[in-house]
Amino acid sequence: MNSGIDGAQPDAGAVRLLSLAVNGQRQQRAVAPDITLLDFLREQLGLTGSKRGCDLGECGCCAVLVDGRPMLSCLLPAADLEHSAITTIEGIAAGTALHPLQQAMIDEGAVQCGYCTPAMVINGVHLFASEPRPDAEAIRTCISATSCRCTGYNRIVQAFERTAERFAEEQP
Amino acid sequence: MNAYRIVGTPQPQIDARDKVTGRARYTDDIRLPNCLHAAILRSPHASARIRAIDTARAIALPGVRAVLTGADFERTFGVLPISKDEPALARERVRYVGEPVAAVAAETAALAAAALALIAVDYLPTTPVLDVRQALRPTDDPLHPELSHDNNLHKQVEQCFGDPEAGFAQASVVFEKRFSFPSVTHAFTEPHAVQVEIDGRGNLTVYSATQVPHYVHLALAQVLDIDEHRVRVIKPHLGGGFGGKSDPFPHEMIAARLALVTGRNVRLRFSREDVFFSHHGRHPTQLTMKLGFHPGRGITALTGDFLIDGGAYGSFGVVTTYYNGVLLQGPYPVPNFAFRCRRMYTNKPMCGAMRGHGGVNPRFASEVLMDMALVQSGLDPCQARIDLIHRENTLTINEFRITSVGLKRGLEEAMRRSDWRDKYGKLPYGKGIGVACGFFISGSALPIHRNRRPASTVRLTLEFDGAVTVYSGAADIGQGSDTVLAMMAAEVLGVDLGQVKVVAADTRLTPVDLGSYSSRVTFMAGNAARNAAIRMRRLLVAAACRLLELPAPEYRAPAPPEDRFRQGGRSPDFDADFLGANPDYDDGFEFADGRIRHLGSGRETGFLAAVHAAIEGPGVLQTVGNYRPPKLGGSFKGAGAGLSPAYSFTAFIVEVSVDPDTGFVKVDKATCAHDCGFALNPLAVRGQIEGCFHMGMGQALMEEVLHDNGAVQNAGFLEYKIPSPFEQPEIDLVPSTSDESEGPFGAKEAGEGPLAPVIPAIANAIFDAVGVRLFELPLRPDRVLAAMRKATAR
Repeated sequence: MNSGIDGAQPDAGAVRLLSLAVNGQRQQRAVAPDITLLDFLREQLGLTGSKRGCDLGECGCCAVLVDGRPMLSCLLPAADLEHSAITTIEGIAAGTALHPLQQAMIDEGAVQCGYCTPAMVINGVHLFASEPRPDAEAIRTCISATSCRCTGYNRIVQAFERTAERFAEEQP
Repeated sequence: MNAYRIVGTPQPQIDARDKVTGRARYTDDIRLPNCLHAAILRSPHASARIRAIDTARAIALPGVRAVLTGADFERTFGVLPISKDEPALARERVRYVGEPVAAVAAETAALAAAALALIAVDYLPTTPVLDVRQALRPTDDPLHPELSHDNNLHKQVEQCFGDPEAGFAQASVVFEKRFSFPSVTHAFTEPHAVQVEIDGRGNLTVYSATQVPHYVHLALAQVLDIDEHRVRVIKPHLGGGFGGKSDPFPHEMIAARLALVTGRNVRLRFSREDVFFSHHGRHPTQLTMKLGFHPGRGITALTGDFLIDGGAYGSFGVVTTYYNGVLLQGPYPVPNFAFRCRRMYTNKPMCGAMRGHGGVNPRFASEVLMDMALVQSGLDPCQARIDLIHRENTLTINEFRITSVGLKRGLEEAMRRSDWRDKYGKLPYGKGIGVACGFFISGSALPIHRNRRPASTVRLTLEFDGAVTVYSGAADIGQGSDTVLAMMAAEVLGVDLGQVKVVAADTRLTPVDLGSYSSRVTFMAGNAARNAAIRMRRLLVAAACRLLELPAPEYRAPAPPEDRFRQGGRSPDFDADFLGANPDYDDGFEFADGRIRHLGSGRETGFLAAVHAAIEGPGVLQTVGNYRPPKLGGSFKGAGAGLSPAYSFTAFIVEVSVDPDTGFVKVDKATCAHDCGFALNPLAVRGQIEGCFHMGMGQALMEEVLHDNGAVQNAGFLEYKIPSPFEQPEIDLVPSTSDESEGPFGAKEAGEGPLAPVIPAIANAIFDAVGVRLFELPLRPDRVLAAMRKATAR
């Protein structure tokens, strides 16, 4: 039924010490070998911005950046991420300054229930970091990594397009 | 033109920033101290007797704190008082694969899962009832023997208005077809979750991903047999509902019981598979519908015979049984109308309310038949529909009071903007354009629990610091109801949106609201919030008058209705301080930019100065607003079903491409005219319509929950496919507004009505593209291709 080990004290015989960086901060924690990155973030670090929708890599809501690349944290054993740099949704805004995509998601009405929003932003941040002016196909491909049932995706596409326009204006 | 500062302007949700930064807290994000983890053992059988449950080994496992079985729950429950047929944990028998049978609370989730494996259930499998035809057959062992039926009928409704036979005799065209609809499900993104906090006095605070905190509150007290005041239900941020979280659920009862038994906080959440087991989705439907049409008379008669598959328990099913029929009373007049709907129990996960509740499948049938009739009659299917749409202020044959109707103008505009006349019947083979219309309720006029309380109540406070707080029991499920309530309060009080705080969906702090279903919140909670704000405004005006040495304005009492039609043909309830429906608050003052200005004299005072003056006496400024639907409807049996103070109207024009080689259908473009009255938040209205299109297109083209021997076969998002951003078309939204005199600022619903016409509009476009009609959903490529081959062979 429920997978993962929520809030569990890891089995003393199996724990290993994991060192990694999360949102720029070095973390050293004991983890069980079967704990996923999603559980590690949500249950051990209390970073609940990454969402659990299926635990099977199907809905995409748990996406985080691992060394700059979007990955589904529900499929990654935390213990494999020694020395990795993880960025979660909590680490995207620079202080109070939102990433342009975050602001566009707000302004364009791309946020309804908000459950898919963190992963949409994570994937989008990676997209704009690697291709500041993505075409319509690239935008839809990026968005299709995450399941959204509220919006019909139109406003999310619009937010991505606005962001692309903004990057184009800044660096003509 | 919009004379308002805030309502009518596009506003992002007030909590959007929390959502894009990961700060928004959903139920499973809450961290309660010293919390036990609960897990549920589910039935592997669709139908079986439980001969014995041995929990000894589970309870003996170190770290396990409690094990529950059906013996721990005496009372069954259900969202409707007339079908409380669901146990929190199965007793004596199981009725579907996935039904909760036992539950464990343990120190860790891993321990809880391990304990489940140690529970031994001795089942005696019995023959399951898997489809509605089988359910109709006589049996001496029905799923619910308490109903004393000799088969698996749950609810049968029959209504007849006018004379359908005479109506068909008047028709120049009559079509009768059988339609078939599979199981579809909500597929919201956040799985169900609940957390229960218990205090030293045995009071429970239940955090739950629910659309109906009030009903959960009532059901918990009943099922746990504790005083209602010991329960507090809070809905945190919620990751989508669409009707799938609008019942009290077994897992809420289980978690609360575990907290009571152990004295510890309890956390429980669903896997995605659990969500599919829990279901409560749209009823699979077999229906035969017959429509008579005459070019001069319009629809002359409409009849339907529905068999709907309810699954194992009641849920909202009695309402669904009525809605399948009665929601055919719009958007066109139907002078002669009869239907029979039978809801059957089967050994599958139960069905309940899903966006467009009960009105979606019959709408497909009626709009396809309508299209056939109009084509056969040589009429333009779009223009003919415009001509047929209800006029304003119409009483339908089953006594629905239709008030505002903005769809005629809207559909005319949609016809223009989509270039309908240049496209319909003129596109090359494989390309097509189609249209369909629908209508929907703006909340049910009658409550589920008969009582004389208002349908919605909002409490409003204004503090020394100028903070306006809206206390509402309404549940924001992602549709933005908190935002629209704040917008209305800000509008009336002339403050910035940021100055309005919302405390919502907390049954200790907020007044009773029945919840987020039947598209009731904007209309009902909205009216209550607006009225509370108007009362607050009057307090401030009185204070300003004292400060400015002006005479207090006289407020007009609501006039007795000259238009008895608008009052449902009866006298209104005039409480001493009844403000009337959607009352005007023109008091001769302007509230803006932190000032309160008397328009007559030009004298003004600061908003805060007025607050401070008003607060001197009472110490706190607090007002209450209510909404009560007018008395409506006929006196026949079942007259209450589908009654609403106002109805929304929708039309979709859809353009498709059909691949002649594969039968694959792609929707290229959609044009929508939706009459939601006055669009309070155009950004939210657009979001609702686009979301409706997504869900409707999914049901039209791809979605289907599959069962094998009662077991769900595609309980995940890889196998239960919903449309992706590549399938979703551009949607052109044309203005289609009306002024609904009873809606807050003239508003009606926008969250559900737009879904139903999407599906027949796609089907009618497929007909225009390749000349085939399909009567079974989803319109899969293999079905389209088979129909095309059959048509070619003819």
